[in-house]
Amino acid sequence: MSDVTVSEPQVDTSGRPTGRLLEVDNLRVEFRTRDGVAKVINGVTYHVDAGETLAVLGESGSGKSVTAQTIMGILDTPPGFVTGGEIRFQGRDMLAMSAEERRRIRGEGIAMVFQDALSALNPVFNVGFQIGEQFRVRRGMSRADAKKRAIEMLDLVKIPNAKQRVNEYPHQFSGGMRQRVMIAMSLALDPQVLIADEPTTALDVTVQAQIMDLLAELQRERQMGLILITHDLGVVADVADRIAVMYAGRIVEEADVHELYAKPAHPYTIGLLESIPRIDEKGQQLRTIRGLPPSLLKIPSGCPFHPRCPMAQPVCVEKVPPLLQLGPTRASACHFAEELVSRD
Amino acid sequence: MGRYVLRRLLQLIPVFFGTTFLIYYLVWAVPGDPFAGKCGDRRCPDSYIQFMTEKYHLDDPIWMQYGTYMKNLLQGDFGQNFSGRDISDILITAYPNTLKLALVALAIEALIGLTAGVLTGLRRNGFLDNLVLVSTLFLIALPTFVTGFVLQYLFGVQWKIINPTVSNSPTFAELLVPGFVLGSISMAYIARLARTSIAENRRADYVRTAIAKGLPQRRVVGVHLLRNSLIPVVTYLGTDLGALMGGAIITEGIFGINGIGRTVYRSIVTKEGAVVVSIVVVLVLVYLLMNLLVDLLYAALDPRIRYE
Repeated sequence: MSDVTVSEPQVDTSGRPTGRLLEVDNLRVEFRTRDGVAKVINGVTYHVDAGETLAVLGESGSGKSVTAQTIMGILDTPPGFVTGGEIRFQGRDMLAMSAEERRRIRGEGIAMVFQDALSALNPVFNVGFQIGEQFRVRRGMSRADAKKRAIEMLDLVKIPNAKQRVNEYPHQFSGGMRQRVMIAMSLALDPQVLIADEPTTALDVTVQAQIMDLLAELQRERQMGLILITHDLGVVADVADRIAVMYAGRIVEEADVHELYAKPAHPYTIGLLESIPRIDEKGQQLRTIRGLPPSLLKIPSGCPFHPRCPMAQPVCVEKVPPLLQLGPTRASACHFAEELVSRD
Repeated sequence: MGRYVLRRLLQLIPVFFGTTFLIYYLVWAVPGDPFAGKCGDRRCPDSYIQFMTEKYHLDDPIWMQYGTYMKNLLQGDFGQNFSGRDISDILITAYPNTLKLALVALAIEALIGLTAGVLTGLRRNGFLDNLVLVSTLFLIALPTFVTGFVLQYLFGVQWKIINPTVSNSPTFAELLVPGFVLGSISMAYIARLARTSIAENRRADYVRTAIAKGLPQRRVVGVHLLRNSLIPVVTYLGTDLGALMGGAIITEGIFGINGIGRTVYRSIVTKEGAVVVSIVVVLVLVYLLMNLLVDLLYAALDPRIRYE
C-alpha cells in the first residue's frame, strides 16, 4: 500500500485516466439499530488502479458490500452512517463533495453491477429504456439515438438479437442474460471504475464462468479499475490481480493473487483456502472454519478473528493487530503474519 | 390480448342478466302499492288501476315482466314511468350530473390523495406524515353526510363562498365542494395506499440502481419509484368511479344535485320499479366496463402481467 495521493489525474494518450483511480482510506461505517450500534466497517483501506482487478473477499456480514454501497453513495441512511475516513476518487474526497458532484461521478466515474439483476432492474420498463435513459439524461440524446446506443451496449455484452431484445422487459430474460443487461447498463457511460457486487452469485455455475469472462474481457478492453466483491475464492482466482480479504469490517489480508494462494499470511485466509472443495481429496470431509462470524453489535476484543482462530494466543485477545506491510504488494493483520509467511 | 378482451366481454353477459334480474326482483318484492297516493287524497278509481296494471303488465309473473322489460331494453327502449315520461329521458337528465360529480370527486381524490401519499411516503414520521395520517383517519371515520353538511354550512352559509345548493345542470366549478365531499373517504384511502406503496418501493433494489446510475433525484422518484408505486393506486381509482356514481345518493341529496342518486331514491319511494331498474342497469354496465378497463390498464402498467 503506498501513500501516494494523486492530486491531478494522470491521463494516457487516449484520454483515459491512468494510475490510482479510487482509494478507500480508513473508512468507518456504523449501523444504528434498535438493538445497538453495529460497527460494520472498522477502518477499511483499499485502492484500485486503472486496468486492475481487485477482488474483495469475505463472508456475509464482513462489510464488503457496505463498503461498496458507501463508495456509490447508496448506503441506506439511517440506519447506516459514515463515521470516519475518506473515499478518494482521482484524488478528491467524495465524502466531502456536494450531493450533485457525487451524483455526477455515479455512472460516469464509478458504476456498479448488482448481485440480483432481476430485482435490481426496474420491472416496468424495457431494458432499452433503462440503458438508454442514461444517454438521454446524462448526454442529452434523443430517444431514438439513445435506443441505438442501447442496442450497441447489448451487442457489446453479447446478447444475441439485440435489436429485438432491446424492447423486452427484465422478466423476459434468463438469469445470465439479465446479468449481461445489468453489465451493459453499468458500462453505458464508460465508467473508470466498475464495482461488481457478487455479480455471479445468483447464477448457474456454467453461466457464472461466462459472466466472469465477459467482465474480465470488458475490464481489459476499457482499462477499467474493477472491484470484484465475492465470497467465492474459486471465482476470483483467474480474474483478480490483487485480493483484499475482509473480516468483521476490516481488511485482514491484502496480497497479489498468486502470493495469496501460494502463501496466505492470515489464519482466516488459510481457513478459507482450506475450505474449498478439492477434486483430489474426494471422499474426505470438507474442512471448515469453526464457529460463526462475530455479531457486529459485539465484536470480540483484540483480533476479531481470535475466537475462531486455530493459532490464537493471549496477545490476540488483548491487542488489535494492525494491517502491516509484509512486502511491496502484501499486508496482513495478524500478530503472527511473519511466522506464517516464513514457514514452509 | 384480443381473445382475453372478448372473453371478458362475453363474461359480462351472464353478470349483466344476473344482476339486473336480482334488482328487478328486489324492487317488486318490496311490499307496497305503486298507486297509493297517486290520485290525491282519494283511492284511485278501479278503472285507472286496471288500465295501468294492464299497461305496465303488473299482473304478469315477475320473470315474465322481467322478460318483457329486457326485450324492450335490448331494443333501446327503457319504457316509461307511471306518469308517462320516457325513462330514457330521465336517464339523460340525471346521468350526466352524477357522472360530472363522480369525475370531480375522482380528480380531487387522485390529485390530493396521491400528492399527500407520495410526499408522506417519501418522508415518513415527519410533521406532514403525522398530519396526513390523522386527517385521513378523521375523514375515514366521518360519515359522508357529516362532511357534507359541515362543508355546506361553512362554505355556503357561513362564508358564502358557494351556493349551498347547485343549479339544475351544474358546472364543474359548482361541483368542487360536493365532489370533495363525495371523494373524501376514497381520497383518504388513496393517500394511505400511495404512502404505503411509495414507502415500500423506496428501498427497492431498482431504486438503488437508479440512484447508482447517477440519475437526478426527481427522476429516480418521478419515473422509477412512482411508476411502480402507482399500480395499486390506479386500480383503486378505476374501480372507484363506479362506486362513486352509485354512492352519490347522500351527497346529491345534501347539495340538491339532480343526479341518479336522488332519482333512484325518489323512485324507490314511489315504487317506480322500471326507473330504478333502468338506472341500476346503466350503473351495472359502468361498473363492469370500468372493471374490465382496470384489468387492461393493469397489464399496460405492469408488463409482467400478460393476458392470454
